[in-house]
Amino acid sequence: MMLLLAVSCQRDTDQLSYNQDIRPILNENCLACHGGIKQMGGFSLLFEEDVYQPTESGKPAIVPGSKHKSELFNRITHHNPEYRMPQDAGPLTSEQIENIGIWIDQGAKWETHWAFIAPQMPEIPQSSANWGENNIDAFILKRLEQEALEPQVTADREILIRRLSLDLIGLPPTPEEVDLFLNDRSPNAYQNLVDRLLASPHYGERWAALWLDLARYADSKGYEKDSPRTIWRFRDWVINAFNQDMPFDQFTVEQLAGDLLEHPDRQQLIATAFNRNTMTNTEGGTEDEEFRTAAIVDRVNTTFEVWQSLTMACVQCHDHPYDPIRQKEYYQAFAFFNQSQDSDLDLDYPMLEMYSEEEEKEILNLVQEISEIKSEARNPKSVLVQDKIKQAIFPTLLPTQVDDFHNVILYDNDELSNWSKNVNTQKDKDYYFQYSDIEFTGLSGLTLKYSTGGDAAELQVYADSLEGTDLLTAALPYTGAVRGAEGEGNSSLKTEHWDFNQQLSGAHHLIFKIVNTTGEAPDGIATIKHIRLDYDNRVMQDPRLLSLQNQLIELRKKADHTPIMSDRPAFHRATHILERGNYLVPGEVVSVGLPSSLPDFSEDYSRDRLGLATWMVSNENPLTARVLINRLWEQLFGIGLVETTEDFGTQGASPSHPELLDYLAVRASNTHSWSIKSILKEIVMSATYRQSSKFTPDRLEKDPYNRLLSRGPRFRLSAEQIRDQMLAVSGLLNPKIGGESVMPPQPDGIWNVVYSNHKWETNPEDKHRRGLYTFWRRTTPYPSMISFDSPSREFCVSRRIRTNTPLQALVTLNDPVYLEASSSLASRMVKSNVDNLDLAIQTGYKIALGKKPDEETTRILRDLYYNANTELKGELVSSGVNQEYRLDAMTVVANAIMNLDEFVTKE
Amino acid sequence: MKLFDELKLAQGEYATRRHFLKACSMGLGAAALNSLTGFKALGNISPSSDTGNLTVPHFAPRAKRVIYLHMAGSPSQLELFDYKPELERLHMEQCPPSLMEGKRFAFINGTPKMLGPQAKFSQHGQSGAWISENLPKLSTMADEICFLKAMHTDEFNHAPAQLMLYTGSPRLGRPSMGSWVTWGLGSENQDLPGFVVFVSGGGTPSAGKSVWGSGFLPTVYQGVQCRSHGDPVLYVNNPEGMSRNLRRQSIEAINKINQKQFNEFQDPEILTRISQYEMAFKMQMSVPEAMDISDEPAYIHEMYQTQPGETSFANNCLLARRLAERGVRFIQLFHWGWDSHGAGASGALNIGFKERCKEVDGPVTALLTDLKQRGLLEDTLVVWGGEFGRTPMMENRSGVDNPYLGRDHHTDAFTIWMAGGGIKPGVTYGETDEIGYYGIKDRVHVHDLQATILHTLGMDHEQFTYRFQGRDFRLTDVHGKLIKEILA
Repeated sequence: MMLLLAVSCQRDTDQLSYNQDIRPILNENCLACHGGIKQMGGFSLLFEEDVYQPTESGKPAIVPGSKHKSELFNRITHHNPEYRMPQDAGPLTSEQIENIGIWIDQGAKWETHWAFIAPQMPEIPQSSANWGENNIDAFILKRLEQEALEPQVTADREILIRRLSLDLIGLPPTPEEVDLFLNDRSPNAYQNLVDRLLASPHYGERWAALWLDLARYADSKGYEKDSPRTIWRFRDWVINAFNQDMPFDQFTVEQLAGDLLEHPDRQQLIATAFNRNTMTNTEGGTEDEEFRTAAIVDRVNTTFEVWQSLTMACVQCHDHPYDPIRQKEYYQAFAFFNQSQDSDLDLDYPMLEMYSEEEEKEILNLVQEISEIKSEARNPKSVLVQDKIKQAIFPTLLPTQVDDFHNVILYDNDELSNWSKNVNTQKDKDYYFQYSDIEFTGLSGLTLKYSTGGDAAELQVYADSLEGTDLLTAALPYTGAVRGAEGEGNSSLKTEHWDFNQQLSGAHHLIFKIVNTTGEAPDGIATIKHIRLDYDNRVMQDPRLLSLQNQLIELRKKADHTPIMSDRPAFHRATHILERGNYLVPGEVVSVGLPSSLPDFSEDYSRDRLGLATWMVSNENPLTARVLINRLWEQLFGIGLVETTEDFGTQGASPSHPELLDYLAVRASNTHSWSIKSILKEIVMSATYRQSSKFTPDRLEKDPYNRLLSRGPRFRLSAEQIRDQMLAVSGLLNPKIGGESVMPPQPDGIWNVVYSNHKWETNPEDKHRRGLYTFWRRTTPYPSMISFDSPSREFCVSRRIRTNTPLQALVTLNDPVYLEASSSLASRMVKSNVDNLDLAIQTGYKIALGKKPDEETTRILRDLYYNANTELKGELVSSGVNQEYRLDAMTVVANAIMNLDEFVTKE
Repeated sequence: MKLFDELKLAQGEYATRRHFLKACSMGLGAAALNSLTGFKALGNISPSSDTGNLTVPHFAPRAKRVIYLHMAGSPSQLELFDYKPELERLHMEQCPPSLMEGKRFAFINGTPKMLGPQAKFSQHGQSGAWISENLPKLSTMADEICFLKAMHTDEFNHAPAQLMLYTGSPRLGRPSMGSWVTWGLGSENQDLPGFVVFVSGGGTPSAGKSVWGSGFLPTVYQGVQCRSHGDPVLYVNNPEGMSRNLRRQSIEAINKINQKQFNEFQDPEILTRISQYEMAFKMQMSVPEAMDISDEPAYIHEMYQTQPGETSFANNCLLARRLAERGVRFIQLFHWGWDSHGAGASGALNIGFKERCKEVDGPVTALLTDLKQRGLLEDTLVVWGGEFGRTPMMENRSGVDNPYLGRDHHTDAFTIWMAGGGIKPGVTYGETDEIGYYGIKDRVHVHDLQATILHTLGMDHEQFTYRFQGRDFRLTDVHGKLIKEILA
């Protein structure tokens, strides 16, 4: 109350702030009609350059310095409701009208939205109160004092160790770890615990879960068939990056542009799979270009949501209704991603080939032998095995080793075809592909192994480019059978040799084009299996060489393939503005760029994804660090400093503690050098984090959602944490880190997907792995994960909504996995070598919750045991100390413990 | 303060004046209705993230619940409802090239032949609706039904078209119609989920579970798939050996300790959890009870052609009626196997298609009859249809002679019918050209259908929004217009 009075007293003299006092009024009441979509009356409040311009009436709506000359003010106070703004709604409140008047009289000064201004190191608030561990607490305390609240007391140590463990490694502490901490009386006990947890290899697993939601990571391609995709190496990359505490700027650059770094290694290429987690539509009859466009749109939206918390999705169809971003700027951002070679092909090319250690050794040995025979001194620049193989088998060219391709389909049997599933759109399509930097000296022609489905295909071969030197034009006659995605019949491959029209020397690109001379589909089909370049002067026919090369080609079949980003080296695409976001209605051509309301994308940045990534993590970028801090904060406290984690635009929520957000954001890149572990440590070391999470009546009233941090965090665990904790306390958990995704048991009948023979099969060793390793099929996600609000991973999700439903109760009560865990915990209780029931119950409770139950809880659980004992006729189990229990009755007790609110809650 | 009051007064006078000018026909005010229908959501959402939606219904609803019968794969309207004698005349003629220009099909290529109707048609009831011999039983209900004959959509593949129909967008990620409706209106029955899904015919719909997913709405609003084998709802049954009595005792123990925890922490979320465990206990009783059709009298089984224990469309129709009786808000049935390309016997219009018709004709008719006899049809909206239509051209995949007759996917013309709550009975709305290729009168886009379904439930599709990623989303995206002409 005092505070409000103080504000209104100051009003006449103080300068009003557009951001604090005016923008919220305009956003809520005006922008729907005077914003990015509609500019009624020729008036828009979105861009500074528009605000003071003459409107349709010829006069500007705002005349700085005079509210009475300003049409805006006249219209919000007009006596006739037909003219009075906002139209068809109630009038603004008198306070709002007064503020707008004062603001105009004071000069109507425009301010940029807070999130677009780079954070500055704020002053640390001072307080007489003696509370706090670090500067974070000073900001929190200042706000609490304003609201006449006090910080909560520090939580009990048993609670703190469980809170920290769940937060930092996603697993509960063992009873032994709890006791160690309780008995550690050194002043550094808490800090040592934090350090130990941050160094745990399980830390990466817990924090990867957050990132995988953002990366929309899944083990399937989405859409109708939703067939499996091998991309788990990306998940492992994320786990490792967190475990190694890869600085966030490097983490960003490698994911957005690892392929554009100089001589990227395998891990840097796998990182780019971040943007290959888009969906691929393999349904028959779909148009690849439509879904390629959808994937690029998703990359733009995801990249800007993840790093900038901007809702770019709004801008694909029109200018942003609320934020200063124009539609053209959307497609400039689109252009960064539009050169990627992937084009909604079923097999997700381009991909990185990976081999087991043993296979790789074998391959490298073969490569070595071959290079000795060929006596080639060339040292390949690339460190990639697949590039070494390619060089070793040269002058054989495999279709799946093309450097660039357009409108052709690549199959994993090393074939390439211009067959398209959507046969209706075969007509008028151009099909071509390129091998780069081929040595032309001595090259006289080529030999092709191919098949065709008719007499319509013609092969054209060029040097350098499609418009370059014409080397060959040859009809590919009918070979007798069609091979292709939906074609059937036996292969009848034909091998044919042609000489080139002319010989060149030096290195050139070699381009193949397939022309459908009839225009009728599907008769123009050609499938190419093998290309061999024929040289005059080189001994390539050495049988030993050929045999080694064939061995190498065979070995390639053992590779697993991870989809990665790779830009087209040759066949660049033009990027158009798409009218209303429709790929069939291309408009103006645009080049790469970034919204002008964000920091300048100057010429110092390369005009590609690497430039984009570098710009994202530059010190000038006002959003990246804040967005990161906010996500970390939300994970720990359940709600971000900016509640709308996904939206820092003008329609998003304002920060609850703007100075604290800026303080941490500035320190993120400076003091912490982008180390996430270091940032997390600063936050969890604060007294704010260590508060007890108990509510009190005044806290419930003044701070119901804990936005002020007047207590410690208390909220339900995530789907992954609930599963992992259950497995951990039961002793079933298999702690193996990484590897292929696994299929723990799930009920029959969940996994019936059309057109697929792919089965849900549980490998016994992988029955009890952590939740993040569960095979994630987008259209049929694992049921208990979905019950606890995990997203389907179709799109990037910044914020999981936490629900509290009866279906969740049914999972933890009756899901066979939970029953197995209950039974396992029950045997731990029975075998804990205790000689009475109360002690067995207390042991179980402590394993689960890290603390001893009080007398009443023990009594309630003891009664439950006796009730169950009466109802059930199970087997008696000896505890080893003159005591016998019924395991099934104890299972009921263990199951009850695992269903307690405090068990599924971090408190 | 004075200024504000003056402006408010002027606004009030203006609104009153306009009210009469616009001849508002909305009946009771929304405020009064809220207290009549009540808002009951199944489950609780963390308060700060629940946008809340207490403004619906926007006006008096005519339907309280929806039973949506989806024929996944999309049945041919030309063999069921859209009678085209001219197409008969053109049978096996070459398709005029003008029909093919600028069109996209999934599988047709080259120049196909026209395919005449593969069924005999006649008119039925007072309304004289055309229905083919494939649906003899349904024909007796013609006067209860409103046929939309000039439906159209934007998507010509199953998964995107199903998503378009149920989420308003062809891409994954948006909430489904049933989720929107239960988010808006809650459930009338506290012991059952508000949105229930049944699948028959041997396959999940092409778009997978996303067609009953909650998208960006809280997951509590996603459709709950009920199953004929195993647990009717996942994990609803207690493990073997655990009696209902022991389950009660265990939930009591859990809730007692939770109550203690609440006394200590005062977190309101704990109270919610206590009530959710109580509700789970009730659901364990009410779900199997609702799903057990063995207590139905013999004449009902005969009428629906049901066999207790089977997974069949017939059983699902009977279950739909049982759930409608119990106040479930949105009941969605998917019956798979209507994708009649003619590539094999099961997809042939002259073979498999007729089998599918037989599977649904009796049960759908029984459902309408049964609902009517129980007085439920008045406030239950029944919708029947596929995700798109089929072409008047014969599909000639790979260009060889084929003993099986089929049609390709078609976006420009198909039939959907509705009956019950708030929809005019005995009406045929919309008309296609003489070969059934394109709507020429009263075309209805799937977004318009969505707007109309929401309207019968008392919701204005333009006002019914949810904010996500900075944007207000709605089921009808930025499209859709209400089909006023078919409202009762």
